[in-house]
Amino acid sequence: MIEVLEVTKRYGEKVAVDRLSFVARPGQVTGFLGPNGAGKSTTMRMIVGLDRPTSGSVLVNGRPYAEHAAPLQEIGVLLEAKAVHPGRTAVSHLLGLARTHGIPRRRVDEVIDLAGLGAVAGKRVGGFSLGMGQRLGIAAALLGDPAVVMLDEPVNGLDPEGVLWVRNLLAGLAAEGRTVMLSSHLMSETALIAEHLVVVGRGRLLADTTVAGLIAQTAGGGVQVATSQPGLLRDLLSGPGVTVTSTASEQLRVDGLTSREVGAVAAGHGIPLYELVEHRVSLEEAFMDLTRDAVEYAATPVLQEAIR
Amino acid sequence: MTTTSVRPVYRLTARGVLAGEWTKFWSLRSSGITLAVSVVLLVLVGMIASASYDPSGGGGGPGGPGGGASDAVGLVLSGSTFASLAVGVLGVLLAAGEYSTGMIRSTLSAVPTRLPVLWSKALIAGGLAAVTMTVGAVVSFLIGSPLLPDAVSGLGLGDDGVLRSLLGAGLYLGLVAVLGVALGALVRSSAGGIAILAGGLLIVPGLISLLPASWSDTISPYLPSNAGGAIMSVQTADGSLAPWAGLAVFAAYVAVVLAAAAWRLTKTDA
Repeated sequence: MIEVLEVTKRYGEKVAVDRLSFVARPGQVTGFLGPNGAGKSTTMRMIVGLDRPTSGSVLVNGRPYAEHAAPLQEIGVLLEAKAVHPGRTAVSHLLGLARTHGIPRRRVDEVIDLAGLGAVAGKRVGGFSLGMGQRLGIAAALLGDPAVVMLDEPVNGLDPEGVLWVRNLLAGLAAEGRTVMLSSHLMSETALIAEHLVVVGRGRLLADTTVAGLIAQTAGGGVQVATSQPGLLRDLLSGPGVTVTSTASEQLRVDGLTSREVGAVAAGHGIPLYELVEHRVSLEEAFMDLTRDAVEYAATPVLQEAIR
Repeated sequence: MTTTSVRPVYRLTARGVLAGEWTKFWSLRSSGITLAVSVVLLVLVGMIASASYDPSGGGGGPGGPGGGASDAVGLVLSGSTFASLAVGVLGVLLAAGEYSTGMIRSTLSAVPTRLPVLWSKALIAGGLAAVTMTVGAVVSFLIGSPLLPDAVSGLGLGDDGVLRSLLGAGLYLGLVAVLGVALGALVRSSAGGIAILAGGLLIVPGLISLLPASWSDTISPYLPSNAGGAIMSVQTADGSLAPWAGLAVFAAYVAVVLAAAAWRLTKTDA
């Protein structure tokens, strides 16, 4: 279990994380989402004690990380793609970490096989591709057989097979009762694996929800109707709490009514409909909507100002 | 964890951190190479200085501690200046390399208490440097002193102060390696650490000698490399600290930098 409690992190003037609170629970996959620069990595660094919160506290399995007798057994973490000395081999990198905790060599070989690095175990990490580096990072995260697994952008640089591997691996870890948390800036990818979603933007919590909850919340996308008598239908549908807009010559968009209600009204007045669709916002759109105001590095016409 | 399957019990221990750092040290090619280069420099420069020494022409060998010495031990240890740079660089790389590669994040995630990492690195760099440099100093003496002209040879391992000087060279160079680790951890940059190390050990003594004689004579014995180098002379030269007093002064410098490194390691974000 990871508990982030009212955490703020300031770097000089800049507030990277702003009174953020959330809990990642055992047995489920928590997706930690936000645009670039939202404070995801900073938060993860604070969880494992690399950065100290300016205020607030972070608990891993009920305690500050550094107070555990065997930290690697509490939480395994993948931070940046390569937190590795390029001059070491994959095996010696893992062995150097394993020995701090008295983790046997056997376990090192196990995680190397698990990560599919058997063929390059004795090769120096400097020559690894991004994907191999990610696999090594994930192997390191699993080294201590940890109760919590936390991965920062784990699918970055992985090929489709690798992505599938990570997805199955994390689902399996959660099914074993472990706490799994992964960060991403891609909603579509995260929705495939996470049930719990924590969405941040500019260091603030934007939503603490579930994938199902987010879908329900975003379903009110209106109803798309095509008819030969748009004017008449429009008059019939209008009422309090209902807005009808014309989107094309024979098309209407209705907000505030379900497709069933629109269909019933049309049938009651003998108006033929050619199309009746409940317009659903995709998860990706919902995410963009949620984070629109919090995007740190958006493509805006700021350039003009800069040129002046 | 809700599973009831038996999980192995691991423990983070100081001994484990030392073992981990030991593995990390030897798994980098540069470690062994730098250590070997230090020994070779110490022995080779000592041999050259001994073989080319001309008693009538004044000081042989390059400058630095032992340079200009006219006793056998001082001459065979002429390489100690170069060796001190090499072992110092070894220490700096051991600590600062963690930051330049990002490895520090892996290291401190595994050891969130942090300080054991610094102590282990200092112990490994210092211990290995001390042992190899002591061996190197003795080898230098055994190879170098027969090459000396008769006028200065004649000292044996059993003579007063000889063994102390050779052992002292090992201790001094071991402390230089610890200083390197401390500097690397303090400035978190290989280039910066090496610059400060070389500046402090080699350049500052030269600069101080430019001061008026009354000043430089007072300050000079207390400069890091001069104080530490005192242990390598059989006979205490004029304007030099006594051997063990000098080494103690140097150890104090190292302790201060190490304390500063420890402070930075625990107090600031990795």
